[in-house]
Amino acid sequence: MTFRSPPTAAPLYETVLEGGKHWSFTARRGTLLRLIDQQGGANLGMLFYNPQNPLERYNAPDTLKCQHTFKLTHGHCLYSDMGRIFCSIVADSVGWHDTVAGNADKALVAKRWGLKTYQAHRNGWTQNGHDAFLVEAGKYGLGRRDLAANVNWFSKVAVGAEGAMAFDPANSPAGSAVELRFEMDTLVLVHTCPHPMNPALEYPRQPVALEFRTADPVGSDDYCRNFRPENGRGFENNAIYHLCGCGTGS
Amino acid sequence: MLKESALTPATAAFREIIPAGDYWVKRIDRDQIFRIVDLEGNQAADTLFFSATDPAERYSAVDTIREQGNVYLGLGSKLRSTSGAVMLEIVADLVGRHDTLGGACASESNTVRYALEKRTMHACRDSWLLALAEHDALGLTKRDITHNINFFMNVPVTPEGGLSFADGVSGPGKYVEMRACMDVIALISNCPQLNNPCNGYNPTPIEVLIWDPA
Repeated sequence: MTFRSPPTAAPLYETVLEGGKHWSFTARRGTLLRLIDQQGGANLGMLFYNPQNPLERYNAPDTLKCQHTFKLTHGHCLYSDMGRIFCSIVADSVGWHDTVAGNADKALVAKRWGLKTYQAHRNGWTQNGHDAFLVEAGKYGLGRRDLAANVNWFSKVAVGAEGAMAFDPANSPAGSAVELRFEMDTLVLVHTCPHPMNPALEYPRQPVALEFRTADPVGSDDYCRNFRPENGRGFENNAIYHLCGCGTGS
Repeated sequence: MLKESALTPATAAFREIIPAGDYWVKRIDRDQIFRIVDLEGNQAADTLFFSATDPAERYSAVDTIREQGNVYLGLGSKLRSTSGAVMLEIVADLVGRHDTLGGACASESNTVRYALEKRTMHACRDSWLLALAEHDALGLTKRDITHNINFFMNVPVTPEGGLSFADGVSGPGKYVEMRACMDVIALISNCPQLNNPCNGYNPTPIEVLIWDPA
């Protein structure tokens, strides 16, 4: 898998999230977001909402079903439950990102790696993806009822012939990158907490770099738009949405 | 693995036929046995479960498949909540495999999958929305419509990461049976999909039965 369109322009903003942390932001339509697994073996949990109507949210089943895929990679679009595209995967050096295994919660982290409390370890505590999403979601009036199956960037969970799930610890070497182009204004929740199936002996703390740029306009020959006929219709749904001035961010 | 139930419909405390394209919502108490019957075969029963005492806790597909280490539901599967608690357990099954990856059909997803003009066709998520509006005492809204189970559906995943909708492994009269491990609210849309060959473009009725604990 090659990284088809490495960006050359300097980022508008770049930051690094250490492992075991969380953050959120709104990405305007036309934002290009490059995610970089600096050390290898990172996991970046991500959820998407429409900031103008958070009832519209990332829908993993719709995303997988309409593109006949179990994994996410270059060419795939990430759909809301309203048939619209939050973002397209315009470049990917990894080849497989998970969206079915969910998050670790406090109990899972305690069982697998042992709990490091805030009292003893301050910000080196063992944060979990479930609590991380609850905290970020709460900042926008969202809560337990609003969480959904999330993306786990850089993590691979393959499926055997009889349905057995297997985590691949070697999926994402150091320097791996994936690039998202936002096709509508999107509220993004992220965490860098460990993937719930990561078998590492120590609580993993891999950092992820985020680089924000402005994307080129989406042409009619766009790879993601033409990746499947379904995606062409998804882009049409976005166009209808933007016709009425919704989500223009002005 | 298949397993027949020892229970007979004659002793059921409740039974009802759900026509294709209708919804059904009902509380199921802990230790009651809940059966769904695919009366004519290859139908999809799109099902959500909520904790009756705390509906913000509900069926979680991702936690269920991860904790059992397998993407398919079948005999012995423990259906887990967003808190990791076991809500129901599959105790009898004549089908062998049920889907929880593919989600429910919606007018909006039909526009993507088939054509923009399909937006006015009846769909599962519309059935659920009407169910919640007509039962607003439950306190559930669109926020609570989430990633469901498709009983009787076969959605195979390939080792390369592909996903397809295959012909059903179900057939007329086949059923799946669960024991409730907590008090739950079951919400079913008997799928009205007319665009998918997996039900022969012909959605059909299902039956639900409930037995009190022996």
